[in-house]
Amino acid sequence: MNQVFIILMNGITYGGLLFMCASGLTLVFGLMQVVNMSHGIFYLVGAYVGLTVQQRTGSWLLGILTGGIVTALVAFLLKISLFERVLGDSQRETLLTLGINLIISDVILAIFGGTPRNVVAPERIRTSVDLGISRYPLIRILILIIAVAEGIALFLLIRKTRMGQYIRAGVDNKDMTAALGVNIKLVFTFVFLLGGFLAGSSGVLGGTYLSFTQGFDATILTYSLVVVIIGGIGSLGGAALGALMVGLIDSITKATIPNLSMISIFGALMVVLAFRPNGLLGKGAKR
Amino acid sequence: MTPILKVEDLHVYYGGSHVLQGVSMELERGMTAIIGRNGMGKTTLVNAIMGLAPTRAGSVFLEGARITGLPPYLIARKGIGYVPQGRKIFPSLTVDEHLRFAARPVPGGWDAEKVYGLFPRLRERFRQSGTNLSGGEQQMLAIGRALVTNPKLLIMDEPSEGLAPVIVDQLISFCETLKQTDMALVLVEQNLTFARAVSDQVNVMLTGRFAYQDSFEALMADHALTHQLIGVG
Ligand SMILES: Nc1ncnc2c1ncn2[C@@H]1O[C@H](COP(=O)(O)OP(=O)(O)O)[C@@H](O)[C@H]1O
Ligand SMILES: [Mg+2]
Repeated sequence: MNQVFIILMNGITYGGLLFMCASGLTLVFGLMQVVNMSHGIFYLVGAYVGLTVQQRTGSWLLGILTGGIVTALVAFLLKISLFERVLGDSQRETLLTLGINLIISDVILAIFGGTPRNVVAPERIRTSVDLGISRYPLIRILILIIAVAEGIALFLLIRKTRMGQYIRAGVDNKDMTAALGVNIKLVFTFVFLLGGFLAGSSGVLGGTYLSFTQGFDATILTYSLVVVIIGGIGSLGGAALGALMVGLIDSITKATIPNLSMISIFGALMVVLAFRPNGLLGKGAKR
Repeated sequence: MTPILKVEDLHVYYGGSHVLQGVSMELERGMTAIIGRNGMGKTTLVNAIMGLAPTRAGSVFLEGARITGLPPYLIARKGIGYVPQGRKIFPSLTVDEHLRFAARPVPGGWDAEKVYGLFPRLRERFRQSGTNLSGGEQQMLAIGRALVTNPKLLIMDEPSEGLAPVIVDQLISFCETLKQTDMALVLVEQNLTFARAVSDQVNVMLTGRFAYQDSFEALMADHALTHQLIGVG
C-alpha cells in the first residue's frame, strides 16, 4: 500500500515537472510549427544557472528565478539571431536547434565538468511530510504545487488576456491572424521568452530532486516531446494530461520493470496516436 | 484622384508554376467584382495583395503607397480587411472574441456592437466557438471580424461558397449596406447572379491574367465572350 502510494505520487510529481518543461514547448510548437530541439538544453541551462546562483547567494528561490530569466534571455537571443533565419524550413530548424544543443552542451561540460549535480534546497524544505498513508518528500510536493499554480496562471493567460487570444488564434491559423493586423512575430517572441523561462525554472526545480549532468537534456527533451505529442500540439490542457500520463507510466514501469520504461512511454504514444492522431486534445485537420 | 488600390503587373509563382502572369487593376470606391472559374488565380491574387503569397515581380499600391513586400500584419493595419475563401474561423476563439481581439476602433466606425446589431444570430451565440455556427453565420462572422478592423478596403473571397440561396440573398442586401459606407469593396465570386447584383465593374480572370476589365452589363450582353471566359451564356 505504502509502496503503491509512493509510486503514484512519484509519477504525479514527475508529471508536474514534465508539464512545467513541456508547456513552453507545446506553445512554441503549436504557434510556429517549430520543433525546438533546444528545449531540453534550456532545462539544463536553467539548472546550472540556478545551481551557481544558489551556491553563491545561498538562496534557492533566487536560483529558480535567475535560472528562468537567464534561460529566457538565452532563448530570446537565439530566436532573434538564429531561429528567425530558418523559420518555416523544418529541416534547417531541426538541424540548427540540434546544433545549438551540442554547442551549449559542450560549454556546460567545459564549465561544470561531467559529474552529476544537484541544486540544494533550503534546510526546512529538505524534509518529508506525513500524507496519512505515508511520509513523502516535501520538495516533490512543492514542485507539484508550483506546477499546478503555473498551469492555472498559463490557463488564465491563454483564456483571459488579449495576448492569449493572439496565441490561440495564431495556433489555429497563423496567416489569418496576421491578415487581421496581429504582429505574429512579436507574439512568437513572447511565447519563446515564456517557454525559455518555464524550461529554465523547471530545470532548477527539477534539479533539486533529480540530479542532472551534461546529456540529461536529451532525456528531458524526449519526455517533453512525447508529452506534447500525446497531449496534442499547441494544447496546454493536453500537455497537462500528457505529462500526468507519462509521469505515471514512467514511475510505474521504473518500479516494476525498469528496463521497459522508455518502451512503455513510446508504447503509450503509439496507442494514443492510433486512436487520436492529433493527440488527446489536439485540433483536427485545421491547416 | 489616386485609386484606393492599384495592382501593377503582378507575378506570382508557386514552385515552377506561374500562377499570376502579370495582373494589373485599379479600383475606385464602390464595389468591384473579380470572377473566373476555379483555379484561375483569384485567391492567389488576393493573397498576394495581403502579402500572404510570394510576389516575384510587380507592385501593389494602397492609396498610392507601395505595400508590396510588407508583412501581412502591416498591410492589414494600413487598411485592408480580408475575408478569406472558406471563412477561416478560429476554432479556439468564441464568436465574441472574433469580433474583439483584432479590432481597431475608430470613432463612429465598426465595432462588435454594430456587427451584432446587423447579425443578431451572432449575439445569441457570442460565447460559443465560432466553428459551432452554421455556414452562413460563419460567413457573417468572417465579414464582421474584418469590419471591426475598420478597413479602407474590404476584400471578400467567394463569400457565397456553399451557402443556401436565401443566405446569399442576405449577403446581397448586406453588400448593399456596405456600399453605402465609404469603404471600397472587392468581391471575388463564382456566383454570377450575386456578383452582378452588387457590382458594376468586373474583372474576369483567365489562367493568371485578366481577360476582361469593364462593366458587367457589356460582359453579360456578349454571349460569345461570357462563354469563352466563364463557361456560361
Ligand atoms: N499554396 C499553393 N501552392 C501551390 N500551388 C497553388 C497554391 N495555391 C494555389 N495554387 C495553384 O494556383 C492556381 C490558382 O489557384 P487559386 O488562386 O486558388 O485559384 P482560384 O481562387 O481562382 O480558384 C491553381 O492551379 C492552384 O492549384
Ligand atoms: Mg479561390
